[in-house]
Amino acid sequence: MTRIDAKFAALKAEGRKAFVAYVMAGDPDAETSLEIIKGLPGAGVDVIELGLPFTDPMADGPTIQLAGQRALEAGQTLQKTLDMAAEFRRGDDTTPIVLMGYYNPIYSRGVDRFLTDAKAAGIDGLIIVDLPPEEDDELCIPAQKAGLNFIRLATPTTDDKRLPKVLENTSGFVYYVSITGITGSAEAQAADVAPEVARIKRATDLPIIVGFGIKTPEAAEGIAGIADGAVVGSAIVAQIEQGKPVAEILDFVRSLADGAHRA
Amino acid sequence: MPDDILNSFMTGPDEKGRFGDFGGRFVSETLMPLILELEAQYEHAKTDQSFWDEMHYLWTHYVGRPSPLYFAERLTERLGGAKVYMKRDELNHTGAHKINNVLGQIILARRMGKSRIIAETGAGQHGVATATVCAKFGLQCVVYMGAHDVERQAPNVFRMKLLGAEVIPVTSGRGTLKDAMNDALRDWVTNVRDTFYCIGTVAGPHPYPAMVRDFQSIIGREAKEQMQAAEGRLPDTIIAAIGGGSNAMGLFYPFLDDTTVRIIGVEAGGHGVNEKMEHCASLTGGRPGVLHGNRTYLLQDDDGQILEGHSISAGLDYPGIGPEHSWLHDIGRAQYVSITDREALEAFTLCCETEGIIPALEPSHALAHVAKIAPDLPADHIICMNMCGRGDKDIFTVARHLGFEMGKY
Repeated sequence: MTRIDAKFAALKAEGRKAFVAYVMAGDPDAETSLEIIKGLPGAGVDVIELGLPFTDPMADGPTIQLAGQRALEAGQTLQKTLDMAAEFRRGDDTTPIVLMGYYNPIYSRGVDRFLTDAKAAGIDGLIIVDLPPEEDDELCIPAQKAGLNFIRLATPTTDDKRLPKVLENTSGFVYYVSITGITGSAEAQAADVAPEVARIKRATDLPIIVGFGIKTPEAAEGIAGIADGAVVGSAIVAQIEQGKPVAEILDFVRSLADGAHRA
Repeated sequence: MPDDILNSFMTGPDEKGRFGDFGGRFVSETLMPLILELEAQYEHAKTDQSFWDEMHYLWTHYVGRPSPLYFAERLTERLGGAKVYMKRDELNHTGAHKINNVLGQIILARRMGKSRIIAETGAGQHGVATATVCAKFGLQCVVYMGAHDVERQAPNVFRMKLLGAEVIPVTSGRGTLKDAMNDALRDWVTNVRDTFYCIGTVAGPHPYPAMVRDFQSIIGREAKEQMQAAEGRLPDTIIAAIGGGSNAMGLFYPFLDDTTVRIIGVEAGGHGVNEKMEHCASLTGGRPGVLHGNRTYLLQDDDGQILEGHSISAGLDYPGIGPEHSWLHDIGRAQYVSITDREALEAFTLCCETEGIIPALEPSHALAHVAKIAPDLPADHIICMNMCGRGDKDIFTVARHLGFEMGKY
């Protein structure tokens, strides 16, 4: 059982919805980024999605693209991201960390070496945007063998025929992408998303977390209400982009978490 | 597996879209169903005679195919060695090989009921070809072009606008072809229902590398027939320039199993292939990685971050290369070399002076390699190079490099 499985079991027992926060590792710099991450659990975050910076984030909107650029310009690397997770782990052994990003930095390092290092750093799961089920042999299967969850994205274009394939090697939770589009774009509507979540629920027992296009505490509440939890990324990253103090950023995160937890 | 399949270089890709270890389908889940649908539709169209009838009609009457195979007599004399032929794809409508592929994809898009076409472009040749065919069929056309390229390829931007396309300058990243491709993918993931992504080269997720190769293979099939008519035999060496590699794949593919034919791809060496990465030679200066839906050789740093290359030619300015080239490189069926900006400029001038042909900077790279090897080859050695584009679009760049001030003559 990974920290992710344990966290969702605990949330279920308490009858609570999950709030998942995304931040880019190393944005705006390594030190500030670590301070923000360390503050997330205290702000009500149940699961941390830690973005792996990449030069060519094809599924991300401008907010997260720029966050990746800031991190890379500040010298962030895959190793520094793993070090950051390890440092976080020294003070927190329960909040799950999911690395979210693109395949090339991992492939470049070598899959086996990456998995060993990620596991040692206290990473619990992976969301790799450009690895669909058709490429499961690359990382998904080895990751599961190494004891890491591989969390799959399901999208509005994942029809019933395809859904079993998407769910087959998924573990931890299912990340439902609420819109066809990139991160931080159109606003997700709970009414549109609800039947989709119900459709996926019929096919799996895994928790279903909804992300993309959730920007406010109200939206987090609305979306969490029809799923097992909500993810907010771009809206938090936008606060970091504006150079707000860490305490203010964490206050904003707390308002989102409170929204999701009200559901 | 029977021997004839093992012994053929033309059976790829496999059902996973792989050429050996290269290729594949590294895309987000939102796009995956679309790519599978495209593959199914293409597999169907490929075996449908009416699809090819339409292609051949338009290739003949709209594009002007077959393009001539031309014996470059004065160039041959000047180089004093091998006999040099040019496959004249620069004579196509829109001035380059790009339209061969665009026609195929747009006909397919129409069959799939898609009403909106998006494309990425570097030098603007693929953008112009896409805008052209969209105008012909009355389809909405949106072209993503790096802001830096919009600046250095202004005539092509205006051409696209004349043809009714919307040109979107891309400012993310460094504003070149790679960033244009990222934004085209972002558009596609947002507008999945009505949009067809017309990729301009033999890269991207399966089935694009195979599909674009198949559409461009008309170049090699014609060349083979024309060489047979002209010389009664196959050429000894075939040479083409490579950015993503579509004109090269188009020339090479029909010759892959003719193992007496030496195949040479010419990458953009920029200021020289060195550790400063001021070049776009993915095979000579890069290593395998995953970008834009496929595994292939890429220019990247130690941490797997993609690097921007440099080339005088905007059409070769891409940090990757089609996966089939990566495979041909690894198995040694084709040889890949690089040519610097300076060498390409010299070949550009040589071609103008000896043949009265103003070549694009892309095939000038191929020509530069011809100029390098031809003098040492015997007179009965036949080289066929792909003159894949004409140089009208490049005259401003060349004038600047040659120190010629326009309007002050």
